[in-house]
Amino acid sequence: MTLELKNVTKRVGVEMHIHETSLALSPTGFNILLGATNAGKTTLIKMMAGLERPTSGEIWFKGQNVTGVSPQKRNISLVHQFFVNYPSMTVYDNIASPLKVAKIERAEIERRVGEAVELLRLTPYLKRRPSELSGGQQQRTALARAIVKDSGLVLLDEPLANLDYKLREELRDQLPGLFAGRGAIVVYATSEPSEALMLGGHTATVMAGRVTGFGETGTLYRQPRDVATAQVFSDPPINMARVLKSGNEVSIGETRFAARGAILNRPDGAYTLGIRPHFVTSAPRSPDAASISGIVQITELSGSESIAHFEMGGDVWVAQSPGVHAYDVGERHDFFVDTSGCLYFDSDGKLVL
Amino acid sequence: MATKTHNERAWWFVLPVVLLVAFNAVVPLMTVVNYSVQESFSQGVWFWSGVEWFEETLNSSRFQAALGRQLLFTGIILAIEIPLGIAIALTMPKTGPWVPVCLVLMALPLLIPWNVVGAMWNIFALPDIGLLGYTVNALGIDYDYTQQPLSAWITVIAMDVWHWTSLVVLLAYAGLASIPDAYYQAAKIDGAGRWAVFRHIELPKMNRVLTIAILLRFMDSFMIYTEPFVLTGGGPGNSTTFLSIDLVKKALGEFDLGPAAAMSLIYFLITLLVSWLFYTLMTRQEEG
Repeated sequence: MTLELKNVTKRVGVEMHIHETSLALSPTGFNILLGATNAGKTTLIKMMAGLERPTSGEIWFKGQNVTGVSPQKRNISLVHQFFVNYPSMTVYDNIASPLKVAKIERAEIERRVGEAVELLRLTPYLKRRPSELSGGQQQRTALARAIVKDSGLVLLDEPLANLDYKLREELRDQLPGLFAGRGAIVVYATSEPSEALMLGGHTATVMAGRVTGFGETGTLYRQPRDVATAQVFSDPPINMARVLKSGNEVSIGETRFAARGAILNRPDGAYTLGIRPHFVTSAPRSPDAASISGIVQITELSGSESIAHFEMGGDVWVAQSPGVHAYDVGERHDFFVDTSGCLYFDSDGKLVL
Repeated sequence: MATKTHNERAWWFVLPVVLLVAFNAVVPLMTVVNYSVQESFSQGVWFWSGVEWFEETLNSSRFQAALGRQLLFTGIILAIEIPLGIAIALTMPKTGPWVPVCLVLMALPLLIPWNVVGAMWNIFALPDIGLLGYTVNALGIDYDYTQQPLSAWITVIAMDVWHWTSLVVLLAYAGLASIPDAYYQAAKIDGAGRWAVFRHIELPKMNRVLTIAILLRFMDSFMIYTEPFVLTGGGPGNSTTFLSIDLVKKALGEFDLGPAAAMSLIYFLITLLVSWLFYTLMTRQEEG
């Protein structure tokens, strides 16, 4: 059982919202659409739901072409970033509404709603209206509505984006469990790389209307197949620099270090280096770390990490060091690059493997 | 640092408002209250009459009849304008080049001065030369708003519906426009029908603006004066003499200051009471 997008495009007026895209999503684990706001995640989700028709291409679900089929005939669920519940109905009626429309018998409705309500800890609020609930409870109600339907395709469009930090963590931990073992294909759109990593499953990186990479989330993170994928799938943003490879060495400006991995098998010349900020630290992570230096521009402290933005060779780099470090803004500081984290991209922007 | 935390100077800042409210609300209202409990025989000679005028007004069949007409009129125009306004708002386009056109067309009747509306309908509905009056008669329907109470009522109601439904439309349209697309998508995915979308999404989401629309239309129609005054002058007979027309007849036509003042106060209190009732009922329903 899969959901397949076959050469799907979406054009609105003269604007291409989605360039030709093919994807095959499976019911094992979450399928994450990762990308910035306006990258095209919501358009992809709307096409999967049948709320929007692709300009060209086909959508196949469970081996059937469902391209022109209306959303209510597809048996799907959709949870929005905004908390969408029927305002005049109680929590119970809201959750039961899709089942009532589907003319399912009362006892069965009660059983399914009861089960969903227990999972989402909404039991005390059944008689309330959405306006009397907190944001987290409203979104849990919307999730419960998505669960009771037992639909084959569950679309979650940034469902946690409007919740505060604490609730987001809590609900995120709970999400995979809610849908596990239901046999549904779950699509989850998010703009946060960390969320994709925490949820696991498969990830598709979306940038400017294109799916740049798709694969098992961890693999895609470690081996982003091109520059765009690496950029989408990194937070803080991945550091990029032009490097020269000659023999066994790579040089960024004046700094030289030993080349490692697949780059060794490639001809000498110019490559793009991509290195995630946590491989650039103020103390060496490994004995063979390459030393670079730059003028610190911005510093940020989180409880356990220090982040410094520094300028080197015309590029702005981000270093993410464990522990608390003091940097003087405007001063030159030394940083160390853990070369095991170096990703190299060729002139076409493809990862050197 | 020790600073004076209390001084009386703040009163000076409140003073302009106090004066303004005193002159435009308190003084006129108290003058009316003053008239309502006294009797005047000639200029400057006043006698205390207590609640006599209030009793007289409440017991007078003329007042009761005017109040009855007023309630009937307000009830009818609310029953027509609110559903009609919602229905028109629902059929208006949500996006596209026609939106401003529709909005301007809708706003037009609201921009016409009230006495002009009255004069327009007065001529429009004349049975011998008016386009509407002539056409209706030509269709074989006996219609003459200057002679028949029923015709007069229908004309006054038609005029009010024409003039004020736009207000309800604009408010309802604003309410509809504020509903995020996500709600309609959710309904689509659930397979909810058009009626269910209206009943469970659009109507509850319009609740607030509709409360305002009903209140405004209630108050305005309950105090209606200019348009029927110009159109029918309260006739034929007394058939379209609503409260405010009756009040003006009494106060200015007959110069019965005491009873007119008492009637004004009763009128004011009824308007206030019904508005408050509407508001509490509708907002409670929203929460409950």
